Amino acid sequence: MATAKIPPVLRPSTGGEKEVEVAGDSVGAALNALAEAHPATKGQLFGEDGSLNRYVNVYLNDEDVRVLDGLDTGVKDSDTLVILPAMAGGA
Amino acid sequence: MASGAELIKKAKEQISEIDPKQVHDSPNGAVVIDVREQQEFEQSHLPGAKHVPRGHLESRIESAAKADEHVILYCASGNRSALAAKTLQDELGYQNVESMTGGITLWKDRGYDVEVPRKLTDEQRERYSRHILVPEIGLEGQMKLLDAKVLLLGAGGLGAPTALYLAAAGVGTIGIVDDDVVDLSNLQRQVIHTTDTIDTPKVDSAERAIHDLNPGVDVVKYQTRLDASNIMEIIEGYDIIVDGVDNFPTRYLLNDASVRLKIPVVSASILGFDGQLSVFAPYEGPCYRCLYPTPPPAELAPSCGANGVLGALPGIMGVLQAIEVVKLVTGAGEPLIGRLLLYEALGTTFTNLKLRRDPDCPICSRDPGEISDDEMGVFPDYEAFCAAAG
Repeated sequence: MATAKIPPVLRPSTGGEKEVEVAGDSVGAALNALAEAHPATKGQLFGEDGSLNRYVNVYLNDEDVRVLDGLDTGVKDSDTLVILPAMAGGA
Repeated sequence: MASGAELIKKAKEQISEIDPKQVHDSPNGAVVIDVREQQEFEQSHLPGAKHVPRGHLESRIESAAKADEHVILYCASGNRSALAAKTLQDELGYQNVESMTGGITLWKDRGYDVEVPRKLTDEQRERYSRHILVPEIGLEGQMKLLDAKVLLLGAGGLGAPTALYLAAAGVGTIGIVDDDVVDLSNLQRQVIHTTDTIDTPKVDSAERAIHDLNPGVDVVKYQTRLDASNIMEIIEGYDIIVDGVDNFPTRYLLNDASVRLKIPVVSASILGFDGQLSVFAPYEGPCYRCLYPTPPPAELAPSCGANGVLGALPGIMGVLQAIEVVKLVTGAGEPLIGRLLLYEALGTTFTNLKLRRDPDCPICSRDPGEISDDEMGVFPDYEAFCAAAG
């Protein structure tokens, strides 16, 4: 299974987990698996139409999935998905 | 055993020499290298010449010229450069090396211009000696640092270490924007402030620490909050901006203004045990809006209220910012443009992500002149969102 890296702001939704193993052969399937395992993440990742929210960036390894095939991008077991919402803390 | 004079004569027979006239009239993109000692180079040298003292030839030549480049060496009279040329040619595989006959003495006799470098004072030479010894910075890079104007947004967790290291590095002008006063709860991480400066404005406290460390730094204080009415006036004229602000509205505002003025922004943010870092260089790489076109909703953006943070986290992220500033100023290395660095302290992991310019970016896909005052820092419903976040 691929590994999803959970950003700090989503960790309350994954029971504090920083990394979650996700099954699925595409980015969409893997993120859906995450949303099923941790339902609180669903509304944070996806809009009502099922597309990825624009304020969430998802990287397959080091590449933005939007420049790949988006949610249809293929995922291998050794891959890492990095979920990245904006952070603004500086103090 | 050959005499020194014979050795030099023999070297000259085995290398190719070039007349100063040819170097002057048609340098043809050659890398011109001065192989004399430091003091000689500092008195005067050929315009644009790089400096690799003959004693450091083998260890430093590669940072000045590659083996397949056309290299012209010179010294005072053409002897040391002939010997150096022979070394480059015979032992280091440089294919196209020439030694300038008569050296800089003949060059000057011909009436050609020389560059007389600005000099560091003895105090500066000592203070910055460890920079000057690093080939990637050297005297030239140190001069650039002394001439640099860097603006720090915030003298808080990120701004504190950045300010100290940039002051120590000799950045000539450090501007600081912060409207806050020092609070006891700041001291867990904001190492530029002290117990003695509690309740004093952070810009004053920071200025004091900077001058304690390096009295040569010119500190420009802005005890205000950055907003649409003052941002253009404040940031204009700075070479680099260091963004350590704690909220989204200012980050968007800063992005838009810095794109308009084409000022690179070294940006970091922190939360808990996590940090992010990138360099947004307008029109060269993506801007903040290319990465984050819209802010997240309140529950995903805990930036409006107070949050916990590991004290040393802004330390490492702020120091990484200082390093990126030094790289941008001196031209050393590859700045973090088009890349985002994630640091996760609990697992001690660093992750590098690729960032790309958004061809439809509402700001940086357009010419700076097309971005109006009204558009800067704008995005939907921010105030409602912050109010919801508490």
